[in-house]
Amino acid sequence: MIENIKSFLGSFFVTGDPMIYGADASIALATIGIVFYLTYFKKWKWLWDEWLTTVDHKKIGIMYIIAAILMLFRGGVDALLMRAQLIIPNNTFLTSQHYNEIFTTHGTIMIFFMAMPFIFGLMNIAIPLQIGARDVAFPFLNAVSFWLFFLAAMLFNISFVIGGSPDAGWTSYAPLAGLKLDPGVGENYYLVALQISGIGTLATGVNFLVTIFKMRAPGMTLFKMPMFTWSTLVTSIIIIFAFPVLTIALALMSIDRLFGAHFFTIEAGGSPMMWANLFWIWGHPEVYIVLIPVLGIFSEVISTFAHKTLFGYKAMVWSMIAISVLSFTTWLHHFFTMGNTAWVNSFFSVSTMIIAIPTGVKIFNWLFTLNKGRIEFTTAMLWALAFIPNFTIGGITGVMLSLAPADYQYHNSYFLIAHFHNVLIAGTVFGVFAGLHYWWPKMFGHVLNERLGKWAFWVFMISYNICFLPMYFIGLMGMTRRMYTFPSGLGWEPLNLVITLGAFGMGVGFLIMVWMIVYSAKYGKRDTTGDPWNGRTLEWATSSPAPEYNFAHIPQVETVDAFAHMKEKGTAGNIYKAPFQAIHMPNDTGIPFILSVFFFIAGFGLVFEWYWMAIPGTIGIIVSMIVRSFKDHEDHHHIPAEEVEQTERAAGRLS
Amino acid sequence: MSSNNHELNKFPWKHVIGLALSLILTLIALWVVVSLSLPTVATLTIIVLLAVCQAFIQLLMFMHINENHGRGYRILAIAFGFYIAVVVVYGSLWIMWFTV
Amino acid sequence: METTNHTPIEYSTEEGSNKILGFWVFLGAEIVLFSALFSVYLVLHSHTAGGPTSKDLFEVKEFMIETFLLLISSFTCGLGTIELRRHNVKGLVAWLVVTLLLGLGFIGMELNEFITYVTVEHATLQTSAFLSGFFVLVGTHGAHVSFGIVWMICVIIQLLRRGVTPVTARKAFIIGLYWHFLDVVWIFIFTAVYLTGLVL
Repeated sequence: MIENIKSFLGSFFVTGDPMIYGADASIALATIGIVFYLTYFKKWKWLWDEWLTTVDHKKIGIMYIIAAILMLFRGGVDALLMRAQLIIPNNTFLTSQHYNEIFTTHGTIMIFFMAMPFIFGLMNIAIPLQIGARDVAFPFLNAVSFWLFFLAAMLFNISFVIGGSPDAGWTSYAPLAGLKLDPGVGENYYLVALQISGIGTLATGVNFLVTIFKMRAPGMTLFKMPMFTWSTLVTSIIIIFAFPVLTIALALMSIDRLFGAHFFTIEAGGSPMMWANLFWIWGHPEVYIVLIPVLGIFSEVISTFAHKTLFGYKAMVWSMIAISVLSFTTWLHHFFTMGNTAWVNSFFSVSTMIIAIPTGVKIFNWLFTLNKGRIEFTTAMLWALAFIPNFTIGGITGVMLSLAPADYQYHNSYFLIAHFHNVLIAGTVFGVFAGLHYWWPKMFGHVLNERLGKWAFWVFMISYNICFLPMYFIGLMGMTRRMYTFPSGLGWEPLNLVITLGAFGMGVGFLIMVWMIVYSAKYGKRDTTGDPWNGRTLEWATSSPAPEYNFAHIPQVETVDAFAHMKEKGTAGNIYKAPFQAIHMPNDTGIPFILSVFFFIAGFGLVFEWYWMAIPGTIGIIVSMIVRSFKDHEDHHHIPAEEVEQTERAAGRLS
Repeated sequence: MSSNNHELNKFPWKHVIGLALSLILTLIALWVVVSLSLPTVATLTIIVLLAVCQAFIQLLMFMHINENHGRGYRILAIAFGFYIAVVVVYGSLWIMWFTV
Repeated sequence: METTNHTPIEYSTEEGSNKILGFWVFLGAEIVLFSALFSVYLVLHSHTAGGPTSKDLFEVKEFMIETFLLLISSFTCGLGTIELRRHNVKGLVAWLVVTLLLGLGFIGMELNEFITYVTVEHATLQTSAFLSGFFVLVGTHGAHVSFGIVWMICVIIQLLRRGVTPVTARKAFIIGLYWHFLDVVWIFIFTAVYLTGLVL
């Protein structure tokens, strides 16, 4: 009996590595610390009432961003461990297995649990405010999306200490990720966690599409929307039509692994290549899901700090729409080297080159917006300006990779690694940092410290180039991705050393940023006007942080850059002019959180194939949905006019 | 209210015609496969076209896709879905059959 | 093009009209979901690995009855929507119950089909890639129908309790859309799986 328990625990908890024991200890300490803090300061009720049950898009946005920064830390530590392993040849810091697990979790976490939630956080903060709405179209569903993402992220992360991490790469290619070659629970974690968070992502896509289609302030036609709203609209469309394919790919591989089907196996007629096909049908649009929103952020930031209306608004919009249509026709370029007919490779080669055109159009739009603008070099603007050249390098090397014959040379080398980090860091990461600086006052009512922000920017941006530019060259010298070590004598030592130094420099930049956030919370300049940047769009028309109901009166829109126009005409005050009316708002509810906990329980059961756990979890999911269905006719309340008046007075908006 | 709308009080001809058409198209498809011995490509083309017709019958006659109240957005959603479906199915077959 | 300017009750509130649009958008996503399953099935159709082929398994009579059950249920469900717009709870619930029974008949036939394949023909999910594709594609549709049955029961209970309100009307309309959509998916299964399976 005791032997059985021992052997169970030995396989249940990951053992044998001092770093993992360290992680065990720090997780236990952090959990105890949080529980102690909440209990000692009697914060449990506050946590439940203010955060766990909220349906307010602004609070959900803040939670998304907090979770995304935590995941950025986790993914960043993975990256630093990889670079520490590769600092010298024949290093024994990590074993090959540990290295495999770390590059898998690095990629998966950065894409699914950092980039997307960070972007969704900014969308949640900004979109309803930008279009002059009181919330998203489906506030309940919005909370469901967040909690599904959050608990899926937790499920994925505990694989590190319970059961073992996935180790077949973030692309999880069959047959390597199949049961034969990869037994154990690691890949199950990947499949189940991404499935759960994918459901939330699809819901977010539907939610924001309907919000933008149907909830815009009167007068705001589609072509008067702010550019970030346009980019969110296009992103939502891509999410809605790309994510179902990932859902199917993950489901089929789960059925292969759990129930012995033969979709992607080698035996019984399965087709491992079909996995690559499905994965990238979703995967290429996914690149645009994490890119297009930040193109919107850059447009907002550049236009605000150049103090000009965006150049070529319509060209910008149509190029994004073109990208959304074309992004579904280029997926094979991720696996040119699996071998295919000349026609297939040619088609996808050409379609990939074509999609670079609308992206190039946008670069010129930003440059012409800057032209003759009064440029104000705030931290947000620095990130946006740095994006243009750094991203362009990634874009151009992307076109090099799109040439099918040339791709046979570059494929899966460090050249590719350099390319997609150039696009994803200079694009997505710079973008969310710009957005964080830009919208921070709207979230918390104070401005982030500019001096520390600029330090963080320069350290991070320069280190980023030190880290990734040499990767192009080391890739051309023959180093392939996912090598856990390299022999000496190939001339790779100096560049690998430089790359590692760059990576740690980025870590320093991140720490400065964390310090900046802590410092600004205490000493940051208060934003009393609601409009710290002399903004152009409606989110700056309300106070900072925005009241629960966003706008005391729904604004009337006449032009693009609606708020700039109002300020010129002197009508900006109409939004908070007495008398007020009662405002209709959705109720808070605990169901999204409870539903997601059941998803977590069912998911954990599936990972370990414990059906005694998975089945009750699934029943819990269904019951939660039924309860919601029977209660949803009573999920609204009104904020009385007097309360609106008090809130506006407290924000200093009424004299 | 709606009770004085004459559209609602008459016999639901549209639905009956929709049902009749879908049953007939189904039987034609079966007949093409079982009784006609056309070349495979011709048979498949015909039955896929018949299926597309049936999809339109459901959308237009039963699902009210074409009535007011946000018609444009609704049609956009379904049309984009069909576009992606064609890309996914046709693209996958083209890639995975290794013929052309 | 229908151009009645009159607003039906399910569209009468902003929330109702948003949710209906949201559901249409979700159906757009469902189209893609099923298209991925179709592409997997069609790619793997010939990968029978020595196991039974589609020609060995499919019985015309069986799948024609399944098809007719679903086609007729889509019709009865549409009649329910007409009753909804007449604010006639009894008529609506009656048609929904008929729809539900036809749906249950369909699910029963499908389960019977699957059980026959597994026990008599020894054609299981694990036999070959073709059968994995078949069971999962057709099974996903079946799971959708089963989910729709549970959902429809919930809607019927709410209609009986609260009558036709903007909220219940929206729910009844949306379950109708869902049901018609599953009929569309089945037509493509009928075509690409069963009829094609007799040809190829």
